[in-house]
Amino acid sequence: MSIAPRKPPLQFALRLKRALGGKTGWNGFAAQIAFAAILAWIAYEIVANARTNLETQHIASGFGFLNYNAGFDVNQSLIAYNNSDTYWRVFFVGLLNTILVSVIGIVFATVIGFVVALCRLSPNGVLSRIGGIYVEIVRNLPVLFQILFWYLAVLAALPAPRQSISIFSTFFLNNRGLIVPLPVSEPGLYPFLAALAAGIVVALGLRHHARRILFQRGHMIRIWPYVLGCLVGLPLASMLIFGWPFKLELPQLKGFNFAGGARIIPEFVALTVALSTYTGAFIAEIVRAGVMSVHKGQMEAGSSLGLSRAATLRLIVVPQAMRVVVPPLTSQYLNLTKNSSLAVAIGYPDLVSVFAGTAVSQTGQAIEIIAMTMGVYLLLSLTTSALMSIYGWRINRSMAA
Amino acid sequence: MTDLSASPFVRQNLVAERAAPTKTTGFIGFLRTRLLNSPGNILLTILGLLLAWYIVVPAVRFLLVDAVWTGKDRTACLAEKAGHEVGACWPYIQAKLAQLIYGFYPEAQRWRVNLTYALGAALLLPLLMPRLPAKGLNSGLFFFAFPVVAFFLLHGGGISGFGVSWIAGLLQLFEQSIGGAGDLLVNLSRSSAIAPLLWVVGKVLVLVGVLIHWLIFPLTWLRDQLQASSLPVWGDFLVTAVIVSAVMFVLGGGVRTGRRALLGSLLTFAGIAVGIKLMGLDHGGFPIVDTRLWGGLLVTLVIAITGIVASMPIGIALALGRRSTIPLIRIFSIAFIEFWRGVPLITVLFFATYMLPLFVPGNFAVDGLLRALIGVAIFTGAYMAEVIRGGLAAVARGQAEAASALGLSWWKTTSLIVLPQALRYVIPGIVNSFISLFKDTSLVSIVALFDLLGSLRASFSDPVWTTPTTAFTGFAFAGMIYFVFCFGMSRYSLFVENRLNAHRRH
Repeated sequence: MSIAPRKPPLQFALRLKRALGGKTGWNGFAAQIAFAAILAWIAYEIVANARTNLETQHIASGFGFLNYNAGFDVNQSLIAYNNSDTYWRVFFVGLLNTILVSVIGIVFATVIGFVVALCRLSPNGVLSRIGGIYVEIVRNLPVLFQILFWYLAVLAALPAPRQSISIFSTFFLNNRGLIVPLPVSEPGLYPFLAALAAGIVVALGLRHHARRILFQRGHMIRIWPYVLGCLVGLPLASMLIFGWPFKLELPQLKGFNFAGGARIIPEFVALTVALSTYTGAFIAEIVRAGVMSVHKGQMEAGSSLGLSRAATLRLIVVPQAMRVVVPPLTSQYLNLTKNSSLAVAIGYPDLVSVFAGTAVSQTGQAIEIIAMTMGVYLLLSLTTSALMSIYGWRINRSMAA
Repeated sequence: MTDLSASPFVRQNLVAERAAPTKTTGFIGFLRTRLLNSPGNILLTILGLLLAWYIVVPAVRFLLVDAVWTGKDRTACLAEKAGHEVGACWPYIQAKLAQLIYGFYPEAQRWRVNLTYALGAALLLPLLMPRLPAKGLNSGLFFFAFPVVAFFLLHGGGISGFGVSWIAGLLQLFEQSIGGAGDLLVNLSRSSAIAPLLWVVGKVLVLVGVLIHWLIFPLTWLRDQLQASSLPVWGDFLVTAVIVSAVMFVLGGGVRTGRRALLGSLLTFAGIAVGIKLMGLDHGGFPIVDTRLWGGLLVTLVIAITGIVASMPIGIALALGRRSTIPLIRIFSIAFIEFWRGVPLITVLFFATYMLPLFVPGNFAVDGLLRALIGVAIFTGAYMAEVIRGGLAAVARGQAEAASALGLSWWKTTSLIVLPQALRYVIPGIVNSFISLFKDTSLVSIVALFDLLGSLRASFSDPVWTTPTTAFTGFAFAGMIYFVFCFGMSRYSLFVENRLNAHRRH
C-alpha cells in the first residue's frame, strides 16, 4: 500500500501575491498603492496649478507654435534658414549645430586625451609631469569658466581683421573668428570620392583575407603594398583622369574684411577649444587608468615571447586596455555633448541657445520647449547607455568563453 | 688522476673593488634614468623643457613682473601710463573684491556673511578630520542645524510660529488640495462617460478631506489659541517641545530606557531656543536681505553646500528605492534617476527657472535663488543616488542577513547596519560629486544669478576698469579660487580613499 502524494499547495494565491507586491507580498502591494496615490496627487497638483497659471498669464499651450514663423536670425546654420522659417526649422538648426560642435569636439578631445595620456605614461620625467600639471589644472576649473576664458579673454584679445594673425597665409585668426580656405567642388569630386570608397573597401577586404590566412595556415602574408596602392593609388588615378576633386578658395584681405574662404564664428572656436581641452583632460586620465590596469606580467610575457615593444603594446596591452577604457570614454563623449549646451552662455546657436533660449522668450511656451529639449538629450544618453550595456554584455560573454 | 697532495689554490690578496653601480635614485639618478637615458629621450626632455619655458615665463611675467599693483582706475593699467608692457591689473581686483565675494550684499550687513563663513568652517573642518571624536553630533549640527541658522543669518527675517503652526498649516493645505480634487472629479462626472466611477471617487476624496479636517481640528484649534496669545512663538515652541519630548520618551521605551531620548530631545530644544533668542527670531530677526542682492563667492558656496546637503537624503532615498523589491518604487526610482542624469544641468536650470513656477500655486512666488537650488538639488540627488548605490552594493550581503537573523526589521537593518557602512565606503565618491557640483554652480550665471563667475563677467563691463588685460586678470583671480577649492577637495578625497583602503595596501 502506498501513500498517495499530497497535492502541492495552491499556487494561484502565491502567484497573485508575487505579481502584485513583488517579494514583499501584500505589504508591498499596500506600499505600491500608497505610493501610486501620492504620485497621482502630486501629478494632479502640478497639472491643476499649471493650468490655472497658464490661464492667468495668457500663455497658449500645445505644440501648434512649432509651425509659426520664428522671426529671428541665427548666425550659423548648416541648413538653409532665414527669419521667416518656422520654429520646427529653428529646432533642427539648433540640433545640427549641437551635433556639429559635439562631433568636432569629440574628435579633438580624443586626440588631446590620447596625446596627454601618452605624455603621462612616457618614461620621460619632464613630459609626464607636464601632462600631470595639464590634467590637474584643466580638470579643477569649471568648464563654463574655460569657455568664457577662451571667448572673453583670448579670442577678444585677438587683433582686428587687418592685423590678423596669419598661419602660412591660408588660415587667418582675428577677433571676428577663424578664416579658413573653403573647398569648392570641381567636376572630379564624385569620381574621386568613389575611388576613395572603393580603395577603403578593398583595403578592409584584404585585411580580412590576411587574417583568415594567418589563422588557417599560420602564414603572415604581406599586404601593405596592396593596401597602400588601393588607398593612395586609386584616388591618384582618378585625379589624373578626371582632374582635381576640389580647389581651395584662399581667403584674401580686401579693405577691412576678408573675401573668399569660410569664416568660423568665434563662438564656435571658443566652444570647441574649451570643450575639447576640458574633456581631453578627463580622457587622458581614463586612457592612463586603462593602460595601467593591464597587469605588468602581460607586457613581460609579450617580450618573453619575442614580440617587440610596439607589437606587445598593439597586440596585447591595447586590446585589454580598451575593454576598460571604452565605457568611461563613451560617457565622456556624452558629457561633452551635454556640456555643449553651455553654448548658451556665449551665444553659439546650439539647441539650448536658440530653442530653449530665444524661442522660449518669444513664445513663452516653456513647458513644451524645455520638454522637447530635454527629450533630445535624454534620447541621446539612453541610446548611448543601451549601446554600452550591449557592449558590456558582449565583453562579459567573450571573457567567459 | 689528480694529484690530491698538491695544496689547493688559496688566494692571498683581495680582489680589487668594483666601481659602485650607477646611482638610480635622487636627482642625479632621476636625470640618468628618466630624462637623459637615450638620444630620443634627451630630445623629448629638451622639447618638454622648452614648452614649459614658453608657458611659465610669460605667466610669471604677466602675473608678477609686469603687473600693476596700485592705482585708482583704468589709466593705471594702461601701457602708456605705466611705461612698459602691462601684465595683470591687480587694482581692478582690489576694487572688485567685495563684489566678487559678497555680490551686492549691503556693506553694513556683511558681518553676517562672514559669521556664516566662520560657522561653516568651524563645523566643517572637524568633520573632515577623521581623528576627531563626536562625528554624529558634528554631522548633525552641520547637516541640520547649520543650514537653518545660515538661512536666518544670510536672508534675515523671523518666525511667527513654531512646530504646531507649521504642521497645522501644511495639513490644512493638504486637506484643501484633497477636497479640491474631489470637487473637481464630482464636477467632471456630469460630462463624462465613466460618470458614476468619477462621482464615487470624487465623493470618497471629499469625504477623506472632511475626515482630515476633523482629525486635525485639535491641532488647528491649538494653533489659533497660540497665535492669539501674547507670545505666539514661545508658546508654540513650548507646546512643540513638550509634545515632541513626550513622544520621544514613550518611543524610547518609557521609564525604563527612555531617559536618554528625553534628555537628547530636551537638549536639542534648548539649543533651538538659544538660537532663536540669539538671532531674535521671535521679534523679526535680522533685516531681510533679498537674494537678488546676493552674489559672488557667497552664491557659489550657498548653492554648492545646499546642493550637497539636500542631495544626500534625495540620493539615499532614490538609491534605496532602486534596490527595493517593490516593483513600482523600483521603477519610479530608476526612471527618476536616469531622467535627471540624462539631461544637461543647464536644461535642468531652465526647467527650474521657467517651468517650476508654473507648477506651484500662483500665490507662491518662488525666489530665483530657491528655484536654482531646487534644480541643483534634484540633479545632484540623482547623481548622488548612483554613488550611494555603489556603496550599498559594496556592503557584504551577510551583514543584512545577519541583521535579519537577529530579528531587526527592514528599517532597522538599513539604518543601523547597512547605511552606515555604505556611507563610509562612498565618502570619496561624495567628495567627488561635491567637486563637480562646485564646478557646476558656475552654470547658474546663465539663469541670471550672480555667482563668482557671473559677478566676474558683470565686472568686465564696468567702463572704469576696461583695459586690455582686465579679462585676463579677472580670470586668473577667479581661476585661482576655483582651483584652490577643487584641488584641495580632490586631495582630501584621495586621502580618505587611502585611509579606507589601508588594509589593502601591500
